[in-house]
Amino acid sequence: MPMKSYRAAINEAMAGEMRRDPSVIVMGEDVSGGTGAPGEDDAWGGPLGVTKGLHTEFGPTRVLDTPIAEGGFIGAAAGAAVTGMRPIVDLMFVDFLGVCFDAIYNQAGKFRYMFGGKAETPLVVRTMYGAGLRAASQHSQVLYSLFTHVPGVKVVVPSNPYDAKGLMIQSIRDNDPVVFFEHKAMYDDEADVPDEAYTVPFGEANVVREGEDVTVVAIGKMVHLASQAADNLAAEGISCTVIDPRTVSPMDEETILEEVEATGRLVVVDESHPRCSVAADISSIVAEKAFGSLKAAIEKVTAPHCPVPFAPELEDLYIPKVADVEAAIRRTMA
Amino acid sequence: MQLSRDDLLKAYRTMAAARHFEDSVFENFSEGRIPGFVHLSAGQEATAAGVYMALDERDWIATTHRAHGQCIARGLDLQETMDEIYGASTGVCGGKGGSMHIADLDKGMLGANGIIGATGPLAVGAGLSARAKGEKGVAVAFYGDGGSNQGLIFEAYNLANIWKLPVIFICEDNGYAEATPSSYSVAGSQVARAKGFGMPAVEVDGFDFFAIHDAMRDAVGRARGGEGPTLLHIKTARFYGHFVGDAQTYRGEGEIETLRAEKDCLRVFREKVVEAGLLSDEQLDDIFAEEKTRIQDAAAAAQAAPRATEADLMTDVYSSY
Repeated sequence: MPMKSYRAAINEAMAGEMRRDPSVIVMGEDVSGGTGAPGEDDAWGGPLGVTKGLHTEFGPTRVLDTPIAEGGFIGAAAGAAVTGMRPIVDLMFVDFLGVCFDAIYNQAGKFRYMFGGKAETPLVVRTMYGAGLRAASQHSQVLYSLFTHVPGVKVVVPSNPYDAKGLMIQSIRDNDPVVFFEHKAMYDDEADVPDEAYTVPFGEANVVREGEDVTVVAIGKMVHLASQAADNLAAEGISCTVIDPRTVSPMDEETILEEVEATGRLVVVDESHPRCSVAADISSIVAEKAFGSLKAAIEKVTAPHCPVPFAPELEDLYIPKVADVEAAIRRTMA
Repeated sequence: MQLSRDDLLKAYRTMAAARHFEDSVFENFSEGRIPGFVHLSAGQEATAAGVYMALDERDWIATTHRAHGQCIARGLDLQETMDEIYGASTGVCGGKGGSMHIADLDKGMLGANGIIGATGPLAVGAGLSARAKGEKGVAVAFYGDGGSNQGLIFEAYNLANIWKLPVIFICEDNGYAEATPSSYSVAGSQVARAKGFGMPAVEVDGFDFFAIHDAMRDAVGRARGGEGPTLLHIKTARFYGHFVGDAQTYRGEGEIETLRAEKDCLRVFREKVVEAGLLSDEQLDDIFAEEKTRIQDAAAAAQAAPRATEADLMTDVYSSY
């Protein structure tokens, strides 16, 4: 299988689905980057190049640069989705959701239920999340828990290029609104990705490795920290299961509960804040449904309860580290 | 009010400092000394100087991500501003904000902002405060041609006008919202949009300090006089990309070179004041050189300034878990 980056995998998924289905359109700020400008029309392909080439192949009627007006164009994408299109709309940084949340959670996310099952809203909202690029408080947050809270919105957080392609194709073909989270520090990560189209189903966790002592559930980029910690601790004789839920809504409770029941210990790793996060949510599910099998208190490894700081020294302290995961695993074994 | 010779010297010094500041940040960012993302305002210095010289200490400003020059124009401490961009703990926000969030409330600076259009409503709120205080202060909202398309800006226009608040809206139009040209993204005109809300509005040559200052003085006069908000649509251009590292292939061939050669607001200013016999080339050359040294010293000091430590991470948080 050819090696491809996370960026290329997502790009390939969108391009393939656009070739297959003329109702798939892409819209957002600078998804082409230069429509109507004196220079190149496809100058950017998004700020980090994920939609590069789509404008050139599919033209300006299917790849629409939008004004900076998220409330307007994400609302328009919801309206297009419920009337027959399959828009992939770009919320450049998830931090910007404050100006457009209504379209996602009150409109698109409610249509199916609120209209008595008569509506389908095949909308994909692509968005960047995560710290590490010194992008400061309004361009670095990890906000998937806000969407996970809302019934009717599916939330996808791929941790690697293979899953990114399969989950993106599934997101586009899915008939409900999906928010697709791309960690901005993962675009150059590479892995084997097949050239052909394939889907990764929603609500099926990936058991990255199986162990006997501790179950570690990690989200998105944090899966790599969990795997690294598991590698390091294997040398000390601590054996870990690592689970990547891949989608946090729907969430594969069954796999998580089975694995926790097998090991009796749970560590959850999430780049978000400790309160009301997906880490808190998974902890509560396990405490509720697998309490009897727990041999130790559940441990969470999260970012602290503060905005993302700009200064590199502070941001590095803010982001969970492999050593934090190892320490949490050790605490469950103490 | 006629500008005095000292005012003219001050205006040029502000523009020269802002220009050197951005050239320094460009160079030092390109060489890896500055973290994150920086958005440079070189080319737009006349806006900073022309607008801020019409304001005083009673006034508030909410501004954009492209605000280094405005911080200088507002009189923020130069070293603290530079330190913030370098992420030093001696920065004006302790290094926690960075280039996109420089703020100094003691100076009436409500901050640069990472959310496009957020400045409109913030300035309306500052306008309410100014009116309540009764000191005839005004509030200024900056946003770009890009920000002018956010619904928030239209909501702010409406609020400021129904309440007749002392707010001045400044659409600092540098022609591009990131990579997207305003010729593509803006329907109608900024002036006509404002007039739809019953608001006085004027288009201003953003390369001409005097045009900007005149228009701003009129707007401030109306605001202080209780006559409500005004929109200035300042048509300018940026010399650098959206951020440092932007290859700018969306721009036309020779576009930036032509701008630098023909639309440099520092040169436009120089030609006017020298021709009118108000200032001499030597005076301006001296200021330009002095500011270059001052900025270079500030950059060197910022590079050497202390960085934040673990003890700083959880300060200014009212609760932790």
